[in-house]
Amino acid sequence: MSFESETDTAASPGNAPQTPFLKRFLRAAPTRPGQTYGVPGEGRTVGISVAAVLIVLILWQVVTMAGLVAPLFLPSPVQVVEKFIAILGNGYTGAPLWLHVLVSAGRVFAAFALACVIGIPLGLAMGMNPVMRGLFDPFLEFYRPIPPLAYLPLMIIWFGIGETSKVLLIFLAVLAPVTLGARAGVRSVAIEQIHAAYSLGATRGQVLREVVLRAATPEILTSLRIGVGFGWTTLVAAEMVASTQGLGYMVLSASQFLQTSTVLVGIILIGAIAWIFDLAMRALERRIVPWKGRM
Amino acid sequence: MLEIRRVSVFYPGGDRTDAVEALRNIDLDIGEGEFVVALGASGCGKSTLMNLIAGFLAPSFGQLRLDGAPIAGPGRDRAVVFQKHALMPWLNVIDNLAFGLKLQGVGRAERYTVARRFLGLLGLEDFETSPVYMLSGGMQQRVGIGRALTADPRILLMDEPLGALDALTRERAQELILRIWQSQNKSVFLITHSVEEALFMGTKLIVMSPRPGRITHRFDLPFSRRFLAGESAREVKASPEFIAMRETVLGIIFADEEQAA
Ligand SMILES: Nc1ncnc2c1ncn2[C@@H]1O[C@H](COP(=O)(O)OP(=O)(O)O)[C@@H](O)[C@H]1O
Ligand SMILES: [Mg+2]
Repeated sequence: MSFESETDTAASPGNAPQTPFLKRFLRAAPTRPGQTYGVPGEGRTVGISVAAVLIVLILWQVVTMAGLVAPLFLPSPVQVVEKFIAILGNGYTGAPLWLHVLVSAGRVFAAFALACVIGIPLGLAMGMNPVMRGLFDPFLEFYRPIPPLAYLPLMIIWFGIGETSKVLLIFLAVLAPVTLGARAGVRSVAIEQIHAAYSLGATRGQVLREVVLRAATPEILTSLRIGVGFGWTTLVAAEMVASTQGLGYMVLSASQFLQTSTVLVGIILIGAIAWIFDLAMRALERRIVPWKGRM
Repeated sequence: MLEIRRVSVFYPGGDRTDAVEALRNIDLDIGEGEFVVALGASGCGKSTLMNLIAGFLAPSFGQLRLDGAPIAGPGRDRAVVFQKHALMPWLNVIDNLAFGLKLQGVGRAERYTVARRFLGLLGLEDFETSPVYMLSGGMQQRVGIGRALTADPRILLMDEPLGALDALTRERAQELILRIWQSQNKSVFLITHSVEEALFMGTKLIVMSPRPGRITHRFDLPFSRRFLAGESAREVKASPEFIAMRETVLGIIFADEEQAA
């Protein structure tokens, strides 16, 4: 290919000089001004993501319309949307959709709040104090990798089939990442910051409150995002036993009647709520720790 | 004011390392209003010496006294300035400056009144509410110095405070520190491994040498006073006496190096 004229190239500044196909994979093409050469994974992804989602939706619709998969296994996107509208109008097993959403969100956020109230101070204490770390580390590290489904029976035996065991199950799933995040956050304070504070007359309590806690905030916020994700992951397990409301209940009971489109509605709703909450957390992060990673 | 007597520091060895004699038999006095500079290659115990004075570290042997009282831990009378990483990025410029006063429980209005006096001195008037992570390295360092000053210490301890700055910014900062030293009438202990910086800034120079860390030479220096009396920094640094002194000190340091190699 050859350039027609000067104006032609100026009109398309985005065109990188042509390099042989293979070579471009071996070495990055020179960047345009304002970018950094060779940054791993550099580039915007929003457009690609939107396109990928659209393509999957279209493929899904095409495959199901063509009758390649029985609706029992995979209903089409349109059917799922129709189901969603139907549940929105009539509710599910006697309760309106908003109530299912509210009940589940209530369980997750109650567990999340409890995990913050206990996990953040506990993690900070473990980070600051070897006695606390020695005391709690074995228990935390032991239960952390166990799937909540495995200790669900214990929760039920101990706390009954009511709300307590459900919230506690989710709480335990959220507690570990939050505690570990707060504990690791303590490490993100620079020793120079602590030394400076002490030589300005700080007490130990002041160093904890005014320096360590502040420096740990970005890491704590990240761990809260991870933690609440664990909470949603555990929701279905928590609503397995003796539930009549909630999105997890909806998914499970619909699956028993092979109502696959209802299962999908539930799944998509859980995903959407979790995603929106994560976006809110990220916005909060930008507001309260704009300095994250910048010093 | 500050007396260091026969101080030695041994760091315990690890699994595969022997104990390190970081300082051996250090004697040093820092008087009221004196500007003492410690110069030496890395590993000769400069930071260890500063940590002793700051009260972060207890000596293995010997004594450190401030106004006759043994040093037992860090305190407001000895403010530290580090090369970097020591500002609080969650606070803006004025809150960083006033941080020490906040720790003392001084009310906001009064804190800011005191801190604003230093904004001018540091040339940061226009950055009162800027986030510190947006500032250049030179400005961040000025905030660090200002934060130490607002606490009104007896002595400023600076561990390679200008080491991360480019040459031009560094010279400006040297002049600023000297002006502050003059106007605030503080004692200063400054660590550097730049010979020129050491000669230009100090009234007293100690040259240190590693393994074991010790003071090998001491000099009294006239250059900072000449600068403060009105000579320009370039004039001072280009004067024959300065150049002769620089060669002497460089000679000492290179001789040390060769001995070590
Ligand atoms: N915490 C420590 N543990 C063990 N050895 C140390 C420690 N700090 C410093 N040292 C050793 O002590 C010597 C002096 O270190 P330092 O005071 O940091 O020197 P400088 O500041 O002049 O570079 C070096 O050999 C260093 O490796
Ligand atoms: Mg050092």
